[in-house]
Amino acid sequence: MSSDASKALLSLAVAVVALGAMDIEMWNRQGPAAAGGLALIPIAHAATPGEPSPLRVCADPNNLPFSNQRGEGFENVLALMLARELKRNLEYTWWPQRRGFIRNTLKSGRCDLVMGIPANFEMAEPTAPYYRSEYVFVMRADRKLDLHSLDDPRLRGLSIGLHAIGDDYANVPPAQALAARGMVGNIRGYSIYGDYSRPDPPRALIDAVARGEVDVAIAWGPLAGYFAAREPVPLEIAAIDARDPGMQFSISAGVRRGDDALKSAVERVLASRHAEIEGVLREYHVPLVKPPEEKS
Amino acid sequence: MRIRLTYLLAAALCTAVSAQPPASYPGAEWTLPNGDFANTRYSTLAQITPANVAELKPVNIMQTGIPNGHEGNPLVVGNTMYVVTPYPDNLIAIDLGKPDGPLKWVYEPHPDPRAVGIACCDVVNRGASYADGKIIYNTLDAHTVAVDARTGKLAWKTRVGDINLGETITMAPLVVKDKVIVGNSGGELGVRGYVAALSVADGHELWRAYNSGPDVDVKIGPGFKAFYPKDQGKDLGVSSWPANQWKLGGGTVWGWISYDPELNLIYYGSGNPGVWNPDLRPGDNKWSCSIIARNPDDGSARWAFQIVPHDAWDYDEIMENVLVDLNIGGQPRKLLLHPGRSGFMFVLDRTNGELLSAEKFQQSTNWADGYDLKTGKPREVADKRTKFGAVTKGICPSSTGAKEFVPSAFSPRTGLLYIPAHNTCMDYEGIEANYIAGTPYLGADVKMYPGPGGYQGELVAWDPVAAKQVWGAKEEKFPVYSGVLATAGDVVFYGTMDGWFKAVDARSGKPLWKFKTGSGIVGNPMTFTGPDGKQYVAVYSGVGGWMGAVAFPAISTDDPYAALGVVGAMKDIKQYTSPGGALYVFGR
Repeated sequence: MSSDASKALLSLAVAVVALGAMDIEMWNRQGPAAAGGLALIPIAHAATPGEPSPLRVCADPNNLPFSNQRGEGFENVLALMLARELKRNLEYTWWPQRRGFIRNTLKSGRCDLVMGIPANFEMAEPTAPYYRSEYVFVMRADRKLDLHSLDDPRLRGLSIGLHAIGDDYANVPPAQALAARGMVGNIRGYSIYGDYSRPDPPRALIDAVARGEVDVAIAWGPLAGYFAAREPVPLEIAAIDARDPGMQFSISAGVRRGDDALKSAVERVLASRHAEIEGVLREYHVPLVKPPEEKS
Repeated sequence: MRIRLTYLLAAALCTAVSAQPPASYPGAEWTLPNGDFANTRYSTLAQITPANVAELKPVNIMQTGIPNGHEGNPLVVGNTMYVVTPYPDNLIAIDLGKPDGPLKWVYEPHPDPRAVGIACCDVVNRGASYADGKIIYNTLDAHTVAVDARTGKLAWKTRVGDINLGETITMAPLVVKDKVIVGNSGGELGVRGYVAALSVADGHELWRAYNSGPDVDVKIGPGFKAFYPKDQGKDLGVSSWPANQWKLGGGTVWGWISYDPELNLIYYGSGNPGVWNPDLRPGDNKWSCSIIARNPDDGSARWAFQIVPHDAWDYDEIMENVLVDLNIGGQPRKLLLHPGRSGFMFVLDRTNGELLSAEKFQQSTNWADGYDLKTGKPREVADKRTKFGAVTKGICPSSTGAKEFVPSAFSPRTGLLYIPAHNTCMDYEGIEANYIAGTPYLGADVKMYPGPGGYQGELVAWDPVAAKQVWGAKEEKFPVYSGVLATAGDVVFYGTMDGWFKAVDARSGKPLWKFKTGSGIVGNPMTFTGPDGKQYVAVYSGVGGWMGAVAFPAISTDDPYAALGVVGAMKDIKQYTSPGGALYVFGR
């Protein structure tokens, strides 16, 4: 093989490796050549021998209110808090949180921690959950719909916006709950992936409520609460009554399976900083619900 | 007028006497993804025979340095071989005219790396077409590039799809006359499937036809004549869906395109419907899981045949359509052979879309017990239809299908279609929590496992006239996930996921030769004549793709539900192979 060709092949390999770590602005315009390098946020003091290794977190660069590359999401805030408490520098690898996310991040060794996974998620090792939220109705306040139940007969006459996840039975829980009630024709799907060239791709669903494109949306609480508070018209959010128990999820941080040391270190901080975490989540308008009763 | 008459006469003669496919088979060169327009993957080269194939040995091995699945096959034009790698989709030109086949140049398209995070399964590429002095292929970031075959310089580059909306492109484009036909991937993300035609000369888009939505988008007009009433009617791409759901309708085109120059029609299969599960999209969900015939000049649809209405199993029908002319019931017929992911071997009249036979080529197939040839509809087995939240056990084939996209081969000498088949089944075992873009959701808990009979793969030799299997070469450990090559020497080549490259007798299936390559084979064998006048056979080794991705270190084989359930069927693969791509060239 000629040396030019070898170089070409080598540079490919480098491009693949560099992919995960890039600036979202570059991410949206250029690619890895312009946006190489890890985002390293110094927390601890200058390097000394025996300094702890950085806390390596993988996160989506464009997914508020959870995370973005500018560090504006609540998961960014909580990651920073963890790094501070663990006295480690915080290092990000950015990767869209889609199919293959865990495979390309935790499992491939690009990082050691992700900040949000369901507490019963099987692909990674969840920590003890640090919050619990729910799917909620999102309505324009001026419509005075006052919806609280999927059994409300008025729902049949309304257009209902939902996030569409993908095929292969991947559905948000309200999609299935509505289908089971025979409500299908009045559902409007908004891709959870949205248009990734713009900020906040999943927000299109909440925008649709504000614009009157749909009468009501049913969305995951954290993003519903956050975006509803930022629309130009007042929106209301309301819990779905308990007849549909599948609407609530406890959320954990996640480490690689078997990384017990990091898991317990993270759990210690999450437990000791519980009040601070709850304060952050409330600032982001995350609807919080109490954890379910412990089963023995 | 006279010219026209002559042409018609020639066409009529062809129809009457010929058992030839509508395009010439490849010989010394291999310039189209599957060798010819008809997708036969049959080569007229005959130096390698059952008597001497055991003399094959590797004459050149070239590492690509890329660990992802190496799908598709190289092209050979003149004395140059062209290899398209998986992402970053480099085009490597190899000089066959010099000893040891040194590289001439490498063209690097530098696709947008964000496409890697968007591609569903693996960052694969299924190859290129050669035309007009250009090598034309697609890049993962949904562009098509044309590269000067001599210099390696970019001739043009066109953005076809938008990765920001979840579209990628992995298929090999087909050049038809002065147009390049391409299609998109990304059905999992709710994109809307289409084919588009670009100008070979400068890459500008000439037409685009969708596989869902109103007739005007699907390019269904007065010239559209579906054979069966089920596929007739106005705006079925809208009315076979709940309101507006066709907008996220899937039906992508990530497989192969065929072309019949005489009928002037292209043929392709469309993928599974998006974006909801079947409970949420009552209706046939047209034109997902369909075979569609179009006029390549303007994209207008001639006929369509939906194979799987209201798909509940992920039975994409993007498989190859092999165009052959054979006698059925004593009558010469222009046929389209479609070995379906759904486990049936569909034989259609390609002039009008009539279904002539649909028999199981994988006997474990049980989601339907057959097809009604009068209506063109499957006779579904009710308790094998998946339902959200319900346990449905023993569905065959599994979502990976009775075969994957890897293309079969047809030999006009034996009249047999050689199908790379899978024997896997699956259980839908309720639901599990999952997480995308910060949002918890529910997904099916799917477990795939080997089907009955103690084997996972089989090379099936199928007689499309008698509609039955003639022989089968069973592969115990893994599904056959490589394409197939048939030659005039009556040798059939294929590869296995544990890395064996095999030759069998085209008439009997008798094993003739095998060679253990460095990684599992998910590419397609091809053959060509070297500058020395000798016949060579080439294949990529480099495991990957949806099933092969299980060999990647990052995927745990402890979890039978990982990689969307494939691990259950593939848990042994790490014992037998590891990723890492290479081109192997064999000669005598």
